[in-house]
Amino acid sequence: MEKQEYNITVYTENQIGLLSRIAIIFTRRKINIESLNTSPSEIDSIHRFNIVISESEDVVRKLCRQIEKQVEVLKVYFHTNEDVIWQELALYKVSTDVIAEKVSVERLLRENGARVVVIRKDYTVFETTGHREETDTLISILQPYGLIEFVRSARVAIIKDSDGFNSKIREFERLEPGEEVIENEYLNQGQKVFTM
Amino acid sequence: MLDALIAEGVDTIFGYPGGAIMPIYDALFDYSDKLNHILVRHEQGGIHAGQGYARTSGKVGVVFATSGPGATNLVTGLADAQIDSTPLVCITGQVFAHLLGTDAFQETDVINITTPVTKWNYQVTDATEIPEVLAKAFYIAKSGRPGPVLIDITKNAQIQKFSYEGYTKCDHIRSYRPKPIVRPQYIQQAAELINNAKRPFIIWGQGVILGSAEDEFKAFVEKSGIPAAWTILGAGAIPTDHPLNVGMLGMHGNYGPNVLTNECDVLIAIGMRFDDRVTGRLDKYAKQAKVVHLDIDPAEIDKNVKSTVPVWGDCKETLPLLTALIEPKTHTKWHERFDDYSQQEYDAVIHAELNPASGELTMGEVIKQLNELTKGEAVIVTDVGQHQMVACRYAILNKTRSNITSGGLGTMGFALPAAIGAKFGAQERDVIAIIGDGGFQMTLQELGTIMQTGIDIKIIILNNKFLGMVRQWQELFNERRYSFVDIESPDFVAVAAAYKIPGKCVSDRADLAGALKEMMESKGSYLLEVMVTKENNVFPMVPQGCSVAEIRLK
Ligand SMILES: Cc1ncc(C[n+]2csc(CCOP(=O)(O)OP(=O)(O)O)c2C)c(N)n1
Ligand SMILES: [Mg+2]
Repeated sequence: MEKQEYNITVYTENQIGLLSRIAIIFTRRKINIESLNTSPSEIDSIHRFNIVISESEDVVRKLCRQIEKQVEVLKVYFHTNEDVIWQELALYKVSTDVIAEKVSVERLLRENGARVVVIRKDYTVFETTGHREETDTLISILQPYGLIEFVRSARVAIIKDSDGFNSKIREFERLEPGEEVIENEYLNQGQKVFTM
Repeated sequence: MLDALIAEGVDTIFGYPGGAIMPIYDALFDYSDKLNHILVRHEQGGIHAGQGYARTSGKVGVVFATSGPGATNLVTGLADAQIDSTPLVCITGQVFAHLLGTDAFQETDVINITTPVTKWNYQVTDATEIPEVLAKAFYIAKSGRPGPVLIDITKNAQIQKFSYEGYTKCDHIRSYRPKPIVRPQYIQQAAELINNAKRPFIIWGQGVILGSAEDEFKAFVEKSGIPAAWTILGAGAIPTDHPLNVGMLGMHGNYGPNVLTNECDVLIAIGMRFDDRVTGRLDKYAKQAKVVHLDIDPAEIDKNVKSTVPVWGDCKETLPLLTALIEPKTHTKWHERFDDYSQQEYDAVIHAELNPASGELTMGEVIKQLNELTKGEAVIVTDVGQHQMVACRYAILNKTRSNITSGGLGTMGFALPAAIGAKFGAQERDVIAIIGDGGFQMTLQELGTIMQTGIDIKIIILNNKFLGMVRQWQELFNERRYSFVDIESPDFVAVAAAYKIPGKCVSDRADLAGALKEMMESKGSYLLEVMVTKENNVFPMVPQGCSVAEIRLK
């Protein structure tokens, strides 16, 4: 099966050590994590991981089952890039003098969907969000003007076809797992939404 | 903490003290009437004893160790328990919380070291967490697919006073679903496949035992009339001599079960995980068959072998549902195929192994003689190597929880400490450890534990003066280049005697039966060393990289 980028979404309890428990599921198989973001979700006390790897669907499905098996993991989904809306955020620091003198700042901002975060006497910080190519473009534009520092965030991705996790969480809190939570009929049908 | 253990029904602890766990040991001093602490000789021995205890008793094994080296000595046992799904709660002491990360004396990052080899682990730095964390630990260790849990408790938490408001057992964790929901449509589909099958074949593993589903399993097998074979951890779930039990699977398993795996039309896998030692070459494994896979762990379904029908759930619940839907059959013609292969194997391998007329003793004849004394009632604990395969192949087991061995990890040194634990877990049963001359030297310090506790286990060393299993591979696949497998041993009987354990060494056929009888009849532990032929090979064998159908008889 062919490798492609997959976006793995993991809902977890907020627990020390869980990050390494999840990370070793990839490293044990010598799979590179291309991007990893973890942050509190919209639900109090529940964290959401966004993990990006390049693998075949078969491998990704197995990895997701291993992740979901961890005691503090509530739910795992995986999606191809077509099934998510995703963004990365990038910050660029350049010298204010150089920028003020040599660049048409307005054009730069407009053409790259960037905005200015701060302007100080000695430096200016721009910000863009977008896909990798888009944030890369601004690097190459700013490089000739002495880009001082650049940083890019991990990918965050919203699942196109989901009803959110809020309704699910109530199921988890009941003692017996409810039918919808299990959803294992999807399992062997190569469905886009994988859960168990 | 100790009250919590008692509330969980713990009666036995295997452990070893040290600086960072001293407050717990100090408290234990006043609990010696309620909690039987067994002082082992090495923490690895402690955890293997915990495993043996868990495997015979069906309860959670409890192990104590100190920080640093005490905790790292547990790692092999944790890995073993993780891969063999053995429920354990290990409690390790840790340095004071304010010293964490400072390279304090005997500080190691136990949580991170043990994360890959535990089902769950947790560090307690505040004593108020202890009751809840222990409740979770026991629940996680034993529910769903069981496994080892490690709780690391910093010394400040061990001496901290707090108001203890009693103990509540844990029966639910929001993010943890130990049992997948049973899906009636899968049961139906499975039953249809089974009812229409011409050559169905059941393969079962330890899941049947872990789920206490032996009766449900037997009812299923008997109604279906389907031949059934076992993985080594599944051995004993139904008796060896049950007419539908056709034998052992895998690399050194029986001839018919291996060959016919690639001829059956429906393969029904129950509580087993298609380990590579069972499947041989995966892309040539049961390709012709429709596969029904019953397992409690969703991550096992489709992991190695794609299932046609996945029957998720606890087999104690799913098997009766399936039994109700299947038609009673006998599959006489199909059974004859197994009988035929069984005869071929007997003629080519088993007869000579069990009944050598002359020459040196064989491992097989020792097991055969032993069967006559145990009548299949004993717990057989094996180490890792040729003797393990021979014991698993030939030991008669009438009861469940009778075959204690390191299956998934293949840990040499497992048997002696595991046998000690097995005895504590099943005090009314005879426990016999069968160990190689190599493996015995890995954990023989536990003879000290036997001496001090006065426990009664029987130890048989099958001494072939070689790391036999490795030697066998070197003979077969490395042109007899015997690279560092020639192992010298001390006088094992004298070693045992130093620990006040009586023993004997035999090498003549004429003495074997008598020596075994003397061992079984002796009060207390006994060590019998049997000198066996040096260069025997275990057959049949599925060589690595070959399909199960390519199993060799010689
Ligand atoms: C801890 C450990 N180290 C190494 C091995 C590799 N190994 C597997 S079987 C074996 C030989 C065992 O020799 P012995 O205990 O004498 O048993 P025999 O095969 O001779 O019956 C070895 C070295 C292992 N399984 N475990
Ligand atoms: Mg040997």
